[in-house]
Amino acid sequence: MKKVGVLSLQGDFAAHGAALERAGAEPVFVREREQLSQIDGLIIPGGESTTMLKLLRYENLFDDLAEFGRRKPVFGTCAGAILMAKDVTNPAQESLGLVDIAIERNAYGRQIDSRVVELEPGPDFEKRTAPGKLEAVFIRAPIIRGVQNGVKVLAEYEGDPVLIEQGRYLVSTFHPELTKDLRVHSLFLEKL
Amino acid sequence: MFTFSNQWWTINVGLAEMLKGGVIMDVTNAEQARIAEDAGASAVMALERVPSDIRKEGGVARMANIAIMEEIQKTVTIPVMAKARIGHFVEAQVLEMLKVDFIDESEVLTPADEENHIDKNLFKTPFVCGARNLGEALRRIAEGATMIRTKGEAGSGNIVEAVRHIRTIIKEMKQLTVMGKDELAHQAKNLQAPLELVKWVAEHGKLPVPNFSAGGIATPADAALVMQLGAEAVFVGSGIFKSSDPSARAIAIVKAAKNYQNPEKLLEASRQLGEAMPGLDIAKLAEGELMQTRGW
Repeated sequence: MKKVGVLSLQGDFAAHGAALERAGAEPVFVREREQLSQIDGLIIPGGESTTMLKLLRYENLFDDLAEFGRRKPVFGTCAGAILMAKDVTNPAQESLGLVDIAIERNAYGRQIDSRVVELEPGPDFEKRTAPGKLEAVFIRAPIIRGVQNGVKVLAEYEGDPVLIEQGRYLVSTFHPELTKDLRVHSLFLEKL
Repeated sequence: MFTFSNQWWTINVGLAEMLKGGVIMDVTNAEQARIAEDAGASAVMALERVPSDIRKEGGVARMANIAIMEEIQKTVTIPVMAKARIGHFVEAQVLEMLKVDFIDESEVLTPADEENHIDKNLFKTPFVCGARNLGEALRRIAEGATMIRTKGEAGSGNIVEAVRHIRTIIKEMKQLTVMGKDELAHQAKNLQAPLELVKWVAEHGKLPVPNFSAGGIATPADAALVMQLGAEAVFVGSGIFKSSDPSARAIAIVKAAKNYQNPEKLLEASRQLGEAMPGLDIAKLAEGELMQTRGW
């Protein structure tokens, strides 16, 4: 069984762990550097990106995580997407810079502007997983404002990319771990 | 299977999920909010006075001044929570218009209704409520709360009540998981909680919403204690800004929440913190001084 790390500094790591189990993988809740050598890929969950960044710095994990990302598949949701992006705005903030996207934090507004929507994913996503609409849960979500260097857009909402991939990286601004639909997690497991 | 009546359930339980493993800090102005965010708080609770000052100064404690809450909203990018009085649904309506990210229907403020809580299912904004036991937690969830926290004893700097409450909630949930299906209706009656929610807990062994702890957390070890007992995140009220070095203490408690199972790192987090807030002996408080008995 594939061992997939879930960065468990803060956020909805438990929900990702449960989604991985449902998708047939073994989750490893990564809190320490040593655990990075035991996993085939890593999920950076939702939560507060500022809190995760602080903890990465307090624990001297930032460089290890960036180095892991240069070798192995990484999937980020919401705050995880912010940590993986090359360029972060509203406000500008440090990141691992793994994926060639520009991302704006809290771009829909506050919690009252959070939403659940049904998306029509792109044909490529449906071909590689299974056909059908995609339930997307946006919670104080960021918006991807720009993509570069062969980033592939797999789903859009209101004209903005919300699910993208670049090589071994997968990024969603919504939370597939909070729905029963396992297609996004399955797509990530294919990269391992 | 219990179907949750609130159509915003997924996004509101979802936001509570995002706050797991973190520290939610009480702040009374923009400067404190910045200190909290810089330390790594996962959210702030905007209020006019921290609970220990409310306790000291007495009088009626209400929803915070709007200008203070707006200033805090402008200062930080993390979620901003605010408190409404128990049963004061108009304070909640105002807080929703202000777009606070979470409303705490809180026993720390003076209750506005001594029988009814706010009908939280009517709001799009998520609510957190305090509880001392499983029955209280499930009544609040039935009313629409999407996060539960222990009440503890706010402003006391004494962890004993938060420990009592988290232990009680966890124990009562464990009991449900080993009871026969035919015993659940009677247990629902004992807990004074809706049967459908009691059945849900019996099947899953946990609350259907995140279960956090509050009320008396003053040190990194306090935070780790309630988390080892089963709390999924912590609220720190007076504990940070009533200590001698708020920034250092805030950072230490953030580190402790992440490392709650790692005593070596808890030792590291507990060094060089200065003085904790002064604590109160709960047993010496008069009945009328207790905040945890507010709420029904």
